[in-house]
Amino acid sequence: MRKLLFKSIFANTATTDAPAPSPAALEELGKQVNKKAKALLGRSLAIRVVDAGSCNGCELEIHAVDNAVYDVSRFGIHFVASPRHADVLLVTGPTTRNMVTALKRTYAAMPAPKWVIASGDCACDGCVFADSYAVEGGLDAVLDVDLHIPGCPPTPTALLQGMLALMTA
Amino acid sequence: MSKNLQEILRGTRPLASQHGANRHRVDTERWQLITGRLGRGLDMLALWADPAEVHMAVRASDGGALVIVSHKIKDGVFPSVAAHHPAAGLAERIIRDLNGVHGDATPDGRLWLDHGNWPLSAPLSPTPQAAQKVPPYTFLGAEGEGIHQIPVGPVHAGIIEPGHFRFFCVGETVVRLEARLGYTHKGIEKLLEGKTPLQAAPIAARISGDSTVAYALAFARACESATGTEIPERAHWLRALLAELERLANHCGDVGAICNDAAFALMHAHFGLLREDILHAANLSFGHRLMMDVIVPGGVSHDLDTAGEKVLRTLFDGLRARLPDLIDLYDNTPSLQNRTRNTGTLSAELAAKFGTGGYVGRAAGREFDARKATPYPPYDQLDFDVPCLEAGDVNARIWIRIQEIEQSLHLCDAILGRISKGDILVPLENTDTKPREGVALIEGFRGDIFMWLRLGKDGRITRCHSRDPSQYHWPLLEAVIENNIVADFPICNKSFNCAYSASDL
Repeated sequence: MRKLLFKSIFANTATTDAPAPSPAALEELGKQVNKKAKALLGRSLAIRVVDAGSCNGCELEIHAVDNAVYDVSRFGIHFVASPRHADVLLVTGPTTRNMVTALKRTYAAMPAPKWVIASGDCACDGCVFADSYAVEGGLDAVLDVDLHIPGCPPTPTALLQGMLALMTA
Repeated sequence: MSKNLQEILRGTRPLASQHGANRHRVDTERWQLITGRLGRGLDMLALWADPAEVHMAVRASDGGALVIVSHKIKDGVFPSVAAHHPAAGLAERIIRDLNGVHGDATPDGRLWLDHGNWPLSAPLSPTPQAAQKVPPYTFLGAEGEGIHQIPVGPVHAGIIEPGHFRFFCVGETVVRLEARLGYTHKGIEKLLEGKTPLQAAPIAARISGDSTVAYALAFARACESATGTEIPERAHWLRALLAELERLANHCGDVGAICNDAAFALMHAHFGLLREDILHAANLSFGHRLMMDVIVPGGVSHDLDTAGEKVLRTLFDGLRARLPDLIDLYDNTPSLQNRTRNTGTLSAELAAKFGTGGYVGRAAGREFDARKATPYPPYDQLDFDVPCLEAGDVNARIWIRIQEIEQSLHLCDAILGRISKGDILVPLENTDTKPREGVALIEGFRGDIFMWLRLGKDGRITRCHSRDPSQYHWPLLEAVIENNIVADFPICNKSFNCAYSASDL
């Protein structure tokens, strides 16, 4: 283990530069997130992720933003285990009917001020599952959404752009 | 045993509509003879229903072809399989919720996918009923002095799929675990109905995002088997390359994540980098990090160019150079092995009884890999080993993954060395003549994925069923956690890494 740690110390960093915030996401946010939010939250953003019936593709890429290449914690963004600690609810999946209650309860458990991100095409509009009896067809049907991040799944860069936009708006 | 299956089926004829395997209509006596032997020389690969018939895919444990048997459903009832074969338990509950028919002596009548939130019930039946009033879920439970319950989920602490776990414990020791799933049910089988294979392919590719290549492959092969379509040689080799890349990415992610659940973050960080390199290379060479929608019915939609090939060769060299240090680190860290050895042990007997595949089966002595057992191109022309261990614990499931990473790298080299230029996509044949059924069994990173579909006269899907390896892994996870401590559940769970979406459909 010492050998590996030693190597890591002298190796080049794996982390990439921060991506520029996406203009479309910034515009959407500008209308909904006021400057008070930044004053309240400072640089730190705590995110609670809820999978509302995704295929698991979105979760894989959310995991990736935490790896050493994208490393979101350097922007003050961290994923938290409890909604009680969260500023942002990041939701994936087409909002299956079986997840609606748990989703609403998770949102209700979050302290205000709080924001909701619909992450991925499924959360945005239901994607290929929109016509099913088992889904609400997107997060807008259940919660007021502050930011939509499209993509199937959104790449780590797209996720990072969205989160940075939420903080700089 | 293979002979026994033939003996039971003597006097029945395979149906002309089924391609890719033989399908026999059987009477109750034959059906019961077969169900009586499941887990004792016969493996059940899938159980699903049509409005008129219930179907079961079986195969002799010691080898041979996959066979489908069908029994008629009378007044909403069929002879229960789960009554004789516990591995059929979830399948029978799913049939009840989706088709509205049930096994005559089914041991578990509780609803599974239907939580009472849909606007209708029995969505796959020809006459879906109004939504039913669903009673509160009763857990099987455990009784005794000092037993307490720990409810977990459906929203978990980590970033994972939703499901509920109910632990019954004495102190720290788990007496019983019961998983309650269905939260990610998206009505996929109903959505596939009425679609052409090309319209349905993007849905099939999203049955499970981590196995999108595997599901796209299973669906494409089922369509091609139904329509008798021969795809170009190059497409076969590209498909195998995609499948091995997906296996590499997931196994790397899993090995790191399992160690992370033992609070050994260094492995997680390094394997996270390996996984990221694989996804990055996949994006450069195939245009999508998870390689979604690259495999389509009729071939592949994205060719690999010279630049992409170079990216992949560089990737494989990089992985090979970095893996040995990490494997040594795992092997030489007793505090980590202390957490993984003798934890969550699956007995070889139970693995064989459930006919369980993937790293769960192969870590517990069941040497089944669809790439070898029911070979499909190009694996029938490739030389590779299927690692198999006996211990059945978390440690064994890690080692199976490590050895499969090595085998996949070897396979990727062989594929790149032998792939030749040529077409990559052809249209499906015979899509508008008569009803046709196709079947596929392929090896995803979790294990063998089964896919069956029927195309109607107009070439549209009238029924499509898929079975994920997790359908057998979930009950086994419940079994292996018994007598382990609650704190070891995450590491056991991660070593199984069951799919929620592909199980809930």
